[in-house]
Amino acid sequence: MEVSVTVNGELVTRDVEARMLLVHFLRDELGLTGTHWGCDTTNCGSCVVLYDGEPVKSCTILAPMADGHEVETVEHLEVDGVLDPVQRGFMECHGLQCGFCTPGMLLTARALLDREPDPSEATIREAISGQICRCTGYASIVRSVRWAAEHGGDGVEGAGLEEVR
Amino acid sequence: MTGVEVEPVEGSETPFGHGRMLRKEDRRLVRGRGQFTDDLQLTGMLHLAILRSPLAHARIRSVDTLAAEAHPKVRAVVTGAMLEARGLAWMPTLPGDRQPVLATDKVRFQGQEVAFVVAEDRYAARDALELIDVEYEALPPVVDSRRALDPESAVIRDDLPGKSDNLCFEWETGDAAATEAVFARADVTLSQEIVFPRVHPAPLETCGAVADYDRVEDRLTLWSTTQAPHAHRTLLARFIGIEEHRIRVIAPDVGGGFGNKVPIYPGYVCAVVGSMLTGRPVKWTEDRAENLTSTAFARDYVMRGEIAADRDGRILAIRSHVLADHGAFNGAATPSKFPGGFFGVFTGSYDLEAAYCSMTAVHTNKAPGGVAYACSFRIAEAVYLVERMVDILADELSIDPVALRVANFIQPDQFPYVSRTGWVYDSGDYPVAMAEALRIAGYDDLRKEQAERRTRGELMGIGVAFFTEAVGAGPRKDMDLAGLAMSDGCELTIHPTGTAVVRISVQTQGQGHETTFAQIVAQELGIHPDDVDVIHGDTDTTPYGLGTYGSRSTPVSGAAAVLVARKLRDRCRDIAAHLLEVSPADLDWHRGTFSVRGVPSASVTMRQIAEAAYGDAELPEGLAGALEDHVTYSPDNLTYPFGAYICVVDIDPGTAVVKVRRFIAVDDCGVRINEMIVEGQIHRGLTDGIGMALMEQIGFDEHGNCLNASLMDYLIPTALEVPDWETGTTVTPSPHHPIGAKGVGESATVGSPPAVVNAVVDALEPYGVRHADMPLTPSRVWEAMQKGGSSTR
Repeated sequence: MEVSVTVNGELVTRDVEARMLLVHFLRDELGLTGTHWGCDTTNCGSCVVLYDGEPVKSCTILAPMADGHEVETVEHLEVDGVLDPVQRGFMECHGLQCGFCTPGMLLTARALLDREPDPSEATIREAISGQICRCTGYASIVRSVRWAAEHGGDGVEGAGLEEVR
Repeated sequence: MTGVEVEPVEGSETPFGHGRMLRKEDRRLVRGRGQFTDDLQLTGMLHLAILRSPLAHARIRSVDTLAAEAHPKVRAVVTGAMLEARGLAWMPTLPGDRQPVLATDKVRFQGQEVAFVVAEDRYAARDALELIDVEYEALPPVVDSRRALDPESAVIRDDLPGKSDNLCFEWETGDAAATEAVFARADVTLSQEIVFPRVHPAPLETCGAVADYDRVEDRLTLWSTTQAPHAHRTLLARFIGIEEHRIRVIAPDVGGGFGNKVPIYPGYVCAVVGSMLTGRPVKWTEDRAENLTSTAFARDYVMRGEIAADRDGRILAIRSHVLADHGAFNGAATPSKFPGGFFGVFTGSYDLEAAYCSMTAVHTNKAPGGVAYACSFRIAEAVYLVERMVDILADELSIDPVALRVANFIQPDQFPYVSRTGWVYDSGDYPVAMAEALRIAGYDDLRKEQAERRTRGELMGIGVAFFTEAVGAGPRKDMDLAGLAMSDGCELTIHPTGTAVVRISVQTQGQGHETTFAQIVAQELGIHPDDVDVIHGDTDTTPYGLGTYGSRSTPVSGAAAVLVARKLRDRCRDIAAHLLEVSPADLDWHRGTFSVRGVPSASVTMRQIAEAAYGDAELPEGLAGALEDHVTYSPDNLTYPFGAYICVVDIDPGTAVVKVRRFIAVDDCGVRINEMIVEGQIHRGLTDGIGMALMEQIGFDEHGNCLNASLMDYLIPTALEVPDWETGTTVTPSPHHPIGAKGVGESATVGSPPAVVNAVVDALEPYGVRHADMPLTPSRVWEAMQKGGSSTR
């Protein structure tokens, strides 16, 4: 069936099976492989994307359900060569190791900071608690999000962030 | 600014190698531009799915694939019988056993590979699995390792000629008679059964591969989730029918491994066969249930620990018997001479008079594996045993567990220390690490708080653990994987413009090798780490080596990188001497510059030296031309990192839920190259420890059904179950590593489970609990509270 979704600001239309998961739509149909897949049961959160601005697990949504909706993936966080503060924060504070959970964590962090620009550690832990990281032990992710909050957590550009090569 | 920041070195503008430095690999990973195996899209690529056994033990009567073959999107359906015709039905395992790629005679664990389908897309491949009809004749499963050797238990490995029981192997270490003599005269002897349950590394990226076989050239390119690309290439060449020089194994970004991605799994072989049959690239990506039910598990040791001591707390001897469950096939990734891994270090950090361990390993109808999940070749089990036994002794003697440990530590002046089981500990200063942990924790105040809380009926526990690891395998004469010596090559090239590329054999799964190895080389050559590119993960472009596990990257491959850099630096010194017209001995070296001693203005930089080497400068024989070299490093000994951990827990007396309030970890892994990365490794392992101690377990019902085959049932800590970590550092360099580094990747996974369990048991002291087995779920803790002192055996 034909599915039209606004992905990273662009309307894309594909003819896919009705049962196709959104995560596979993004990865296999659109080649947006920054969104990862890690479990069958919506537990790990590697596949988190922003769905109309809210973090959702894209393995839980069928592609046709996303018809007419807006999806943002990790590939959309960087704008004109400027990293989102959450991306920069994860680099600064060692918020990632293998990088597999990272895209989902980044998007959850982005949504959190959009909603709450100055979150406490407890709030950050709660926000990412639906996602699993096997590498960092979470403390550095918490610090990374705090770093982003302190360096332009509202997503405003020009918060002293220079291009990172 | 660049993505790389190096801590400024006082009084010098020359970049310096070691220190906190942001990771190079993060630039792509935060942008979603990493390339993991499943991200790969090749033209014409097909998708492979594996049909797995629903039964733990059954004879295969028939496999009917006709309906699956008729599926319009299916390109191949393959059974064990078809592989048998190609001589590929069985493959060797790392320790010399064998394992079916696809089952032919019997299935021996739930989740075992029975057939595979190659189809146009991943959904169609899964659909076609449903169309395969397998007729099984159920056989009685052997699930409990304690029953595996009962005469009435079914023989699992009847594929092995003459096999009439489920014994996998027997092994012993230490001196049985001497240990018995000490036990006979000791004031106090205690015995406790301690179970380290079966757990799973569960890396977030499951295992997978893309195989691309070129029929014309007879060449195979295999992208796979591997921690050991070179070993995989050799192992494949040994049985798959393609010569080794025609196989290229590429590990792209690997989404965590923790030992899970050391072995070759049937799925990789199926992908290769699928590509050979179809002539097209074939992708296989296992799902989470497949990962949890069929790939390398960890632990599964039933241990009987015994400890002998004087009345005043002098530990005299430790004895242990281990019943090791290896599952249906012996797939433990461990050196040949060490069937029980490095469990021989079970004497821990203590100076004993005698020690002895016997081990009985058995087959059961469970998935193969055993050495995984950052265990340092079974040291996780060894440390858990000794640290639990010491706490049990402390309880018996009413001695503080810290005081008991400190009184029995191997002392700093005893290193190198030969343990009672023959391990040569390279260096250590245990009292100072313990003192640092106590300081950070505020140990005395914690004990006062605990006493005060106990008067109010609150359950607060303080758990202490001290671990010593043996990592960095290994000396090539003693350590191997499947006959391949555990040494590692390193190639280094300095370009004409003074930048460098280093090619390494080890394989990052998140440890940050692209950064750490650049820093190692940068430190030796005196150039900026940004000017050092690290090439890894491709057998066509990197030197031979055995890969990353057992915390061996820095101890082995890191040493190779240091030595090859020093070799090239020495050549650069000779060139510099020629350019400056002095003897090499008259040159001073300081961060990338050689200068004439006493005449600092007469100097040349590495860049000028490189220009001269590659340029037309007249240089003596052997100095002109490419600045490149190669080293293969085999360590003289293992390295022995250690650490002191303190865990503070609170238990809700009403619900028996354990909350980890604080975790203090002081790690001594020798010289640290990048403090940030080292800390990250420790944080990871501490989380593992809380997971294993409190929630993780791969369990089975009496039919051999896996009860924890999804992340809904196999619980992994989230951000809510772990505290903010409190870490500390001591530095005792390794005497034989060229920069004194010891390795840290598994320390915390090894050291933290006993700290958490000791804390829980300590909290339950008012109930008379002396031991409770992991995972300490609320129901287990509740049970222990009800049983009280009777939980001790």
